[in-house]
Amino acid sequence: MKNIYLQLFATFFKIGAFTFGGGWAMISIIEREIVDKHGWIRREEFLDLLAVAQSLPGILAVNIATAIGDKLRGMRGSACATLGCVLPSFLIILAIAIFLTPDMIKNNRIISSIFMGIRPAVVALIVAPVITSAKAAKIGWRTVWIPFIVALMISINIGFISNPILYILLGAVGGWGFWYFSNRSLNHSSK
Amino acid sequence: MNIYWQLIWAYIKIGIFGFGGGYAMLSLVEHSVVDPGWISETMFTDIVAISQMTPGPIGINSATYIGYVAPGEVNPQLASPLFGILGSVAATLAVILPSFFLVIYASHFIRKHNESGVIKAIFSGLRPVVVGLIASAAILLMNNANFNPNGRTDQLIINIIISIIAFVLVYFKFPYRGKKINIHPILVIILAGTAGFLIYGI
Repeated sequence: MKNIYLQLFATFFKIGAFTFGGGWAMISIIEREIVDKHGWIRREEFLDLLAVAQSLPGILAVNIATAIGDKLRGMRGSACATLGCVLPSFLIILAIAIFLTPDMIKNNRIISSIFMGIRPAVVALIVAPVITSAKAAKIGWRTVWIPFIVALMISINIGFISNPILYILLGAVGGWGFWYFSNRSLNHSSK
Repeated sequence: MNIYWQLIWAYIKIGIFGFGGGYAMLSLVEHSVVDPGWISETMFTDIVAISQMTPGPIGINSATYIGYVAPGEVNPQLASPLFGILGSVAATLAVILPSFFLVIYASHFIRKHNESGVIKAIFSGLRPVVVGLIASAAILLMNNANFNPNGRTDQLIINIIISIIAFVLVYFKFPYRGKKINIHPILVIILAGTAGFLIYGI
């Protein structure tokens, strides 16, 4: 069995190297690598980590890597996962900054044609985990309205009512409230 | 104050106050690096464009690039790769570290109270919300920049087809040598990039 720290670093290096378009675009690669291939965490645990990563400030992709590394092997695991996730973009940007000028990348027809193909595919890579995560979250008739409302309110993109943090707070309060009141009615009925 | 400390301080602030990731952080980054004269407005736009054409989070990309050019812009004596790399490392670490410790602290807190009914209840309320967050990320990316950058109907149709094929490949299982296998998302990205090159690049 290979060293887990090395595995974490290598896995997140791969994830960082192929993440185009920010943290959410990582999700399907992370699901495949961390949940399916290595079996390090379960899919619903991954959703919990995503909630934590999104509620805290900072770069989402880095927060996800830190949270998964910590879940597996504490702070040392976090450091390996985070460095792995950051290093590919750090090295690529550094190489560009040292050897090239911005115009050589910006106006490069080959690079921009490759990205014309990658961008629509990345959108599909974010649609797929919507369905797998809905299954993992056991979305049923009683809860299906929640993701619909959240997605709608955030994507209309106006002011604070489109701020994801608002819905994370509401979800937390809602989960707590539902539990509190169902516990209370349970106690009442048992008396 | 030394340019390196200024860089570190600016990026720590970005790391602490940058909520919402990626593009939501950009105006904060712009403010923090254009106002002190580290780079010009045009240069900043270039860096954003390059970040979109390279892998990795835009927050990291911009920290690495700006960290590299800032020392030379402020003091011509520092315009060498060595001082640039030093600035890159400083800015990149500075933008990561605040959230690194915040995430670890929050995770430990949650793990400590993991067995309590309250934490379980909170996460059961959060899971449907996270599904909605992922969906909103997908919806927000279904825009002209990703599907129709040149305003041409033929390109729009080709890009929608690429997107549908990518979804089918990554979501469904395919029979392969008697087994059902999933196609790896990284392979899908490589295929989509190749398709883009063959369709638009030649």
